[in-house]
Order: sequence, then C-alpha cells, then structure tokens
Amino acid sequence: MEPAVLTRLRLVTIVGETVLRERLTRQLLEWGATGYTVTPSSGKGSRGIRTGDVPGEGLRIEAVVDSSTAERILSGIAGLYFEHFSVIAWVSEVQVVRGDKYVRP
Amino acid sequence: MGAILEVNLLSPITLAFVLGVIARLVRSEFSLPRDVYAGLGIYLLFALGLKGGVELAKASWGVIVLPAVITLALGCIRPLTSYAVLRRVGGLGVSDSAGIAAHYGSVSAVTFIAAMSFAAGMDTPAEGYMPTLLALLETPGIAIALTIGALKMGGSRNTREVMHEVLTGRTLVLLVGGMAVGYVSAPEAWAQVAPFYDGAIFKGALVLFLLEMGVVAGERLNDLRQTGAFLVAFGIAMAVIHGLLGAAAGAVAGLGVGGTTVLAAMSASASYIAAPPAVRLTLPDANPTLSLTASLAITFPFNIIVGIPLYYQFASWLVR
Repeated sequence: MEPAVLTRLRLVTIVGETVLRERLTRQLLEWGATGYTVTPSSGKGSRGIRTGDVPGEGLRIEAVVDSSTAERILSGIAGLYFEHFSVIAWVSEVQVVRGDKYVRP
Repeated sequence: MGAILEVNLLSPITLAFVLGVIARLVRSEFSLPRDVYAGLGIYLLFALGLKGGVELAKASWGVIVLPAVITLALGCIRPLTSYAVLRRVGGLGVSDSAGIAAHYGSVSAVTFIAAMSFAAGMDTPAEGYMPTLLALLETPGIAIALTIGALKMGGSRNTREVMHEVLTGRTLVLLVGGMAVGYVSAPEAWAQVAPFYDGAIFKGALVLFLLEMGVVAGERLNDLRQTGAFLVAFGIAMAVIHGLLGAAAGAVAGLGVGGTTVLAAMSASASYIAAPPAVRLTLPDANPTLSLTASLAITFPFNIIVGIPLYYQFASWLVR
C-alpha cells in the first residue's frame, strides 16, 4: 500500500445563527471555496442571542480551502457579520488527501 | 365572561400549556424532541389549510371578498399602531421598534389554531375560509414593519431575500398550500383522509403541541427581568387593543361570532416563527431578545389563557 500524499490546507470553521445559512454558504462559494459542510450546533456565547423558532439552535459551517481563500473568507465574514450577528470564525491547519479537490483551478 | 373564562381555563389545551410553563419553571428536563415538535406543527398547519380549502370549495367566492379586504386593511394598520406605541410611548429606537412591530404585525399560527378550536368548542365554529384571512393578515404586517425599519435605517438591499423568507415560510406554504389541495380535492377522496385531519386526532395533537409551547414560552420568562416593565405592559395592551380592532373588523366584515373571535385572536397575536428570521436578516441591529420575549413570554400566554375568551366576549357584543 502506498503512503497517502498529504497536502497542507486550511480548515475554515464558522459558527453562527441559523438564519444566515443561505447567505453564508452562498458567499463561501463566491469567495472561492469548492464546497462546505453544514451541521446544526448549539451553545452559548458572549451575546447569548438565541434566534429562530428553536432557541439555542445554531449552525457550524466548515470548508477546506487554500490559505488565500481562507483569508478572504475570514475578512469577508468579519466585515459583514461581526457587528450585529452572533458569528465566530477561525482557521486551523489541516492535512488532507487529494489536495487538488479543495482548490479552484 | 367568568363562565367563558372558566371553560377556557379548564380546557386541556390551556392546562397543557400551563403544565409546560411549570415544567420549565421547576427546571424539569422535559421537552418534546425537536423533530416531534416540528412535525406536530406541520401537521396542525396542514390540517387547518386542508379543512379551510374543503370548506372554501363549498362556499361562494363572493362571500369572502369583504372579509378579505377588511383583513388586508387590518394587516396594514397593526404594524403601524405597534410601531407608534413602541416609539412614542416606549421610547424605543427605530430598529427595535420596527423589529417588534414586525412580530406584532404578523400572526401567531398557534393562537389562530387555539382560537379556531375554542370557537368550535363554543358551538360557534368560525367560517371555513379563516386560513385565507390569516395569510392576508400576516403578509402585509411583516412587510410594512420591515419597510419602515429599512427606510429609516437607510435602505436595505435584501428585500428579495426577506420576501422569499416570508412567503416561503412554513406557515404560509402549509396553510395556503393545504387550502389549495383541500379546495381541489374530490369530496370522496377527502372523506377518506378526513378522519386523520379533522376531529379527535387533530385536537389531541393540539394539546400535545401546546404542552411544548408552554416549555418554549417558559424558557423566555427569565428574559423578562432583562426586558423590563414597559414590554410586559406593551405585550398585554397591544393584544387587547388589536383584539378589539380585530373584533370590530370581523363584525363589520359580517363574520359570525366564531369567525370574529378568531379574527380578533389573530389580530391580537404576535408571531414568533415567521417574523424572527425576517427581522434578523433585515434589521440585524434590532435586539431579538426584546421581540421574542414580548411575543412568546407575554402576548402568547396572555392570548391562550385570557385573551381568546375575552375576544369571544367582544365578538358576542359586536356581532348581531
């Protein structure tokens, strides 16, 4: 068995309000992500804002991207959402197989 | 009034709601699984839409024109009265006022269902086309309040997104869609599924749903300390004023006592399902805790426990 070829990429994680689902996923693709994963999440943060019909329900969006796309996404989110919405976002370094899958040609 | 209030207080619908609130207050771990709650909500809305459509097919379109026009007018007035009271009396900011006004300009579908069920229980069932009136009352209500907010805050680019959110929300899709299905369904085919959507199963599901609504409302009670006395007074006063306005509108529109009660209860109610996401997207600087607490912790319990019998009383005075 051949050893897997690993590529260093960035994992962008966004945790935010459910109402932003459509907007955030559309913008992620516009900013250069090739895909994303959305999972429901719950928790409490500094704002403690719960919105929507199910209090406490939020979402977590993850996307594996290259580092320039990661920066574009983070600054976009900071500019559009940090002031008024409960949104947090961070970047972590990951190693993935099939690295070309996550980068736009 | 005392007797009607007693009927309402001793109905399992109201009692289940109160139990839900108590369960939350004593910090019981009880709550309906999220999907069951959502499923029951879908069932109740769709059932009402279907029944409304079946009834509508029996009525002539001429009957509905006057109530429709009057309800539409009522839908345009409610956000304006709410906004004016919040700004002038409450001294709240533009965004918060517009955000709360959108909730009070919209309609609580559960209050509507409870009022329908109360009217039927009093042997004065409401007109079959009431779900149509709900759609007509709710849509301009949210739209006007959000427009006030957007205009005052310097224009919003998200009108399309928000209107999509409002018009494709589950309340409107299930009620209006259900009405369309009910309207065109062949009577023999409807008769086969009617026992599931009408009668005992529907009423039982409503009781279970209200139990969970009690938990949801109870969760909000803690926020009352944060939101203050004005909002408590607002949540009750607005319900009574809009209830009276709705009862007058129903009487003028020629609805019966049942229909007038339901229109008054709809008018007195405030949304907590359709309005919050729309407000969040259009007026992000409005504090959602204020509007959700007012509509869920004050207006909704008030309407379920005291309001609906009160509007029934208004209706029996006004309808000849």
